[in-house]
Amino acid sequence: MKKLINAPEAVLADALVGVAAAHPELSVDHENRIIYRGTPTREGKVALISGGGSGHEPLHGGFVGLGMLDAACAGEIFTSPTPDQIQEATKVADSGAGVLHIVKNYTGDVMNFDMAAEFAEAETGVKVASVVINDDVAVEDSTWTAGRRGVGLTVLLEKIVGAAAEEGRDLAAVTALANRVNESGRSMGMALTSCTVPAAGKPTFDLPDDMMEIGVGIHGEPGRHRVPLAPAASIAQQLVEPILADLDFTQGPVIAMLNGMGGSPLIELYLMYGEVAKLLEKAGVTVARNLVGNYITSLDMAGCSVTLLRADDELLTLWDAPVNTSGLRWGV
Amino acid sequence: MTVPTETVSLDQLVDWLARFRTLVTANQEYLTELDSAIGDADHGANMARGMNAVAEKLATPDAVDSLFKTVGMTLVSSVGGASGPLYGTFFLRIGTSAGPVTTLDAGALSAGLRAGLAGVVARGKAEPGDKTMVDAMAPALDALDAGLAAGEDLASATEAAFTAAQAGRDDTEDLVARKGRASYLGERSAGHIDPGATSTVYLFEALAGALGGLQE
Repeated sequence: MKKLINAPEAVLADALVGVAAAHPELSVDHENRIIYRGTPTREGKVALISGGGSGHEPLHGGFVGLGMLDAACAGEIFTSPTPDQIQEATKVADSGAGVLHIVKNYTGDVMNFDMAAEFAEAETGVKVASVVINDDVAVEDSTWTAGRRGVGLTVLLEKIVGAAAEEGRDLAAVTALANRVNESGRSMGMALTSCTVPAAGKPTFDLPDDMMEIGVGIHGEPGRHRVPLAPAASIAQQLVEPILADLDFTQGPVIAMLNGMGGSPLIELYLMYGEVAKLLEKAGVTVARNLVGNYITSLDMAGCSVTLLRADDELLTLWDAPVNTSGLRWGV
Repeated sequence: MTVPTETVSLDQLVDWLARFRTLVTANQEYLTELDSAIGDADHGANMARGMNAVAEKLATPDAVDSLFKTVGMTLVSSVGGASGPLYGTFFLRIGTSAGPVTTLDAGALSAGLRAGLAGVVARGKAEPGDKTMVDAMAPALDALDAGLAAGEDLASATEAAFTAAQAGRDDTEDLVARKGRASYLGERSAGHIDPGATSTVYLFEALAGALGGLQE
């Protein structure tokens, strides 16, 4: 394992020191591992809190700021944050208008956010609502699994719902919008290599040079199918087809994201986006906005994911609204 | 052989937790290896971190409920992932079930463990056969109760629980995961032992050891 670290067990704490040094506009609680905006939540504004295991940067800390999150709770690498962390963020970020927990659908994340919401409501009376994101079409959604994973759509949801909260919409309206976005988006990911969790010290799974994993999540968990490595055009097809088969994206404008898993260079991500855009055009999908880059990563995994979101005028207006975070910035 | 008045002391409960910590830390890499196959390679590190945090708080408990409340909350706040809420809820429920007492008789121990299992099932929404820690814990408690009903002492009954937990863990190898991160693998999760069921075996190995079982 070759990594830019001091010690495997100190990666998160050391990284938060770097975040604080790089972003004086943010406020970092090192003890509770929470990244806040530099100024308290405006009175009357619903606070948006997300969090999850670390290793997906810029998600979530990179999306704290005007137009997106109010706080992000950082768990250990690939491990959910704990209820006391989330409870603290909930208490501090609440302006009295209530708090929306943005949770990716993983067993641990859901349980820890649930416990935190129970504790916070019981102890301080803060109103907490939550949205559980489950956009990964690689996972069969049935009562026999933990359900679809929350992946790329999380980035688009935090942007759009963040803009709505900034407008001053109340908790019920913000929550309803979050659920609408979740129902309107789908993602599919693939990996060329495994990632290496610092505490494990070696790749999470073995992937021969001539093979790739289709349907991976963002934690180095192996995917649904291992298939021979193929040209980018074919990989794009293997990502786009299951998404289009799952939901009709031809009835209106679409926001598309080509996301890097952390270990693939931008030139390959643009190359992949070109292939994806061609396929979408052929399928009658109109991409109104797009995002290409590393937004929700899996440490050093090479690979990418595609996310599509059905939009309308309201969602596009919220998408275009000003955002000022270290990970996304426009209109400011 | 009947020992109806046999009780478990606070010292023995603390010893249970200390032994659990020793087993978890000694097998940390093995747990992580199992988790790498079907999960996200963090179960060993997370459980070791949690039980090390628990060990710092075990000094001198004054009652069974406060002991397990401390253990449960410490795990909830230091482990993260799914294991934190699940093991945390397990110990919190034992404490609530036992109440402010300083000893547990066999019936109270069994009732506490049953309450813990019920908490794990409620929190994780897992049923037997889903390839989770429940697949080791449920048969272990059945064996414990069967042993106690047959008049065995706690050492023998908890040994039987440990043996049943091992068998339950081994049976997870052929199961397809239906809960937790391994469920994303579908059929590909078969052929691997479940890491959560494996750490649960250590829980019962530690219990049997603390209550006088497993002597050579």
